[in-house]
Amino acid sequence: MIFEYAPAPESRSVVDLKPSYGLFVDGEFVDPTDGGSFKSINPASEEVLAEVAEAGAGDVDRAVRAARRAYEQVWGPMPGRDRAKYLFRIARIIQERSRELAVLESLDNGKPIRESRDVDLPLVAAHFFYYAGWADKLPHAGFGPDPQPIGVAAQVIPWNFPLLMLAWKIAPALAAGNTVVLKPAETTPLTALLFAEICQQADLPAGVVNIVTGAGDTGRALVEHADVDKVAFTGSTEVGRAIARSIAGTRKKLTLELGGKAANIVFDDAPVDQAVEGIVNGIFFNQGHVCCAGSRLLIQENVAEQVLESLKRRMAQLRVGDPLDKNTDIGAINSAAQLARIRELSDAGSAEGAERWSPACELPERGFWFAPTIFTGVTQAHRIAREEIFGPVLSVLTFRTPAEAVEKANNTPYGLSAGIWTDKGSRILWMADRLRAGVVWANTFNKFDPTSPFGGYKESGYGREGGRHGLEGYLNV
Amino acid sequence: MTATATSARSDLSELGRSETALRTFLHGLPGVDQVGAEQRAAQLGTRSIKTTAKAQAIDLAIRMVDLTTLEGADTPGKVRALAAKALRPDPADPSCPHVGAVCVYPAMVPYVAEVLRGSAVHLASVATSFPSGQAPLEIKLADVRAAVEAGADEIDMVINRGAFLAGRYQEVYDEIVATRSACGDAHLKVILETGELATYDNVRRASWLAMLAGGDFIKTSTGKVPVAATLPVTLVMLEAVRDFRAATGRQVGVKPAGGIKTTKDAIKYLVMVNETAGADWLDPDWFRFGASSLLNDLLMQRTKLTTGVYAGPDYFTLD
Repeated sequence: MIFEYAPAPESRSVVDLKPSYGLFVDGEFVDPTDGGSFKSINPASEEVLAEVAEAGAGDVDRAVRAARRAYEQVWGPMPGRDRAKYLFRIARIIQERSRELAVLESLDNGKPIRESRDVDLPLVAAHFFYYAGWADKLPHAGFGPDPQPIGVAAQVIPWNFPLLMLAWKIAPALAAGNTVVLKPAETTPLTALLFAEICQQADLPAGVVNIVTGAGDTGRALVEHADVDKVAFTGSTEVGRAIARSIAGTRKKLTLELGGKAANIVFDDAPVDQAVEGIVNGIFFNQGHVCCAGSRLLIQENVAEQVLESLKRRMAQLRVGDPLDKNTDIGAINSAAQLARIRELSDAGSAEGAERWSPACELPERGFWFAPTIFTGVTQAHRIAREEIFGPVLSVLTFRTPAEAVEKANNTPYGLSAGIWTDKGSRILWMADRLRAGVVWANTFNKFDPTSPFGGYKESGYGREGGRHGLEGYLNV
Repeated sequence: MTATATSARSDLSELGRSETALRTFLHGLPGVDQVGAEQRAAQLGTRSIKTTAKAQAIDLAIRMVDLTTLEGADTPGKVRALAAKALRPDPADPSCPHVGAVCVYPAMVPYVAEVLRGSAVHLASVATSFPSGQAPLEIKLADVRAAVEAGADEIDMVINRGAFLAGRYQEVYDEIVATRSACGDAHLKVILETGELATYDNVRRASWLAMLAGGDFIKTSTGKVPVAATLPVTLVMLEAVRDFRAATGRQVGVKPAGGIKTTKDAIKYLVMVNETAGADWLDPDWFRFGASSLLNDLLMQRTKLTTGVYAGPDYFTLD
């Protein structure tokens, strides 16, 4: 019998979208001084969701001044236990409004509701709860008896996990006593603006959190602002480098979380069915728009054929389509520009001689879509084995020995994450010691937890987010 | 998975001839990562099956029910009533399909056979000294023959868990082969009693062992131990039948039994069948639910879908 799942769309009615949004400065939504704006669209339909203000240099300056005032007069002097109350309150409101936030995230970003509902939102709330707990315990975090905040933090976040990246940035900064000016990505500003409403709902003192929307120019004005004490950026290595250059020689502290080209390494004694799930989760989770995605699959050559056979059978079950359908596994690519980049690199893969395969799948006509794709016969010299694609495209390579697996896994300018699949505990430890990656997952992949530090080696950036370690970037130590 | 299976394809029929060969093969099967298997099962459980898909799933689930009573207190009157329900689960709605089978103890088989005669509902009987299986082989085989002679066309046997856990795979294998031959034309369902096997690695090995020995179905549980069917256990068994068919060409059915009480649960299982073994298993010949109270919940949800309102429990028969 053919069992067709009927459409099961999550209702949009929980989201109350306004036609236009201003900037969130000093506790209020305000119009930008030069009146510029841009549109945020739903990448699954290309429908315009809302018009969003574009912050110019003057607006950024206003936001930074508000943050400075709040830091000096309210938030900085406030006892940690009181800061914690606000953070706990924000975390609870996020939980209460999680359905609304999840639907809005899927609308603006294109990610499947199953992921925004089951992964993004629970992690966002968990992050605020976790750092709320640290706010009055900073003397016990291992950074001295009375660690002090840094001041005003300029934070620039990407479009792949809009609200989760906001949580990773804002929660530790506020817990440590800093105030923030955050710029969400230009294609996904809406959940950050809803978060601003939540700050109002929680009675967070004005100026502690400021949200300035805009594109690259806004971001540049923010990180280069003279009164900013700390810059935190998550995004591409190229932009990260530019930021590092622009603030070199200033007093600003910097943490960067950049690109990745993670190796997911499958040994011949791996639990195969679970490894296949892990491969799928590693590269097709969030359409592959994940900096720590397992985009290079390294399979031990003696089982490569069988693992690939299982992987292809599993990929044929993936459901691509409407992000708001509760049964969708793979949603829309976030933007036309990103789709063009994925296409360019995939075409390069074919041109360089790798073999391309995708399961039969119907893609919607409107919106930005890319079928889940694997390339076999890839070598270390191929562009698709070296450059970050940031899409649902997996490059498959093989290895013969554990030493060769380590060598190939490390042979990349990046070093954000890696995965190991084997039934041998001793081999997991041996590998983890040698892999130059900030996170090494064993018999799982793409698992996140607020208590666990996350960050990269080499061109994947520096500094850690999450855990006790995540406080360091926001303390004057 | 296919790795071991493919390489061993030509030898599979020979495996049962030596303890060493069986052990080498079963211990060479890829392991199951417990966390990963449970996560996958939970993820499949989040599928949202609505409207037409739900109606389709409910009717299929009704056709897959092995309507079961296995009590010391079973009487001819009780099992006749159950058999009547199996034929017409919803007397108020003639479009409601009949169930897959009625499942009773061997002593009750003749009474059920009278009611089911001439119908398409199968008659299953648990035999082989169900549920413990702790009796001499000859007695277990006599149990099987008696049930078949009385009219059962499906036999649900229990494996010798003691022998399996002690590593005496040959003994388990030989018992299944002997039972298979005592069944004659009747279908053989092999109950692994996964709650006593405890680990997913054991479930996978026992599944392969039962299939190698000729079982037509592999079944999770007797329903008589605290842990009965679970989604992850069924996932591992569905992977086993999928890989076994890829390796040998022979299709084997799966029957989770015990603890499946609601339509919601049943639909989770059907989604898992669909996305693990595939559409070929979405048929009462290849997938069954060992259950009793499940049927009324299916009927209640079915009525809700057609009429738009929930009817009270008194509108569904209790047997």
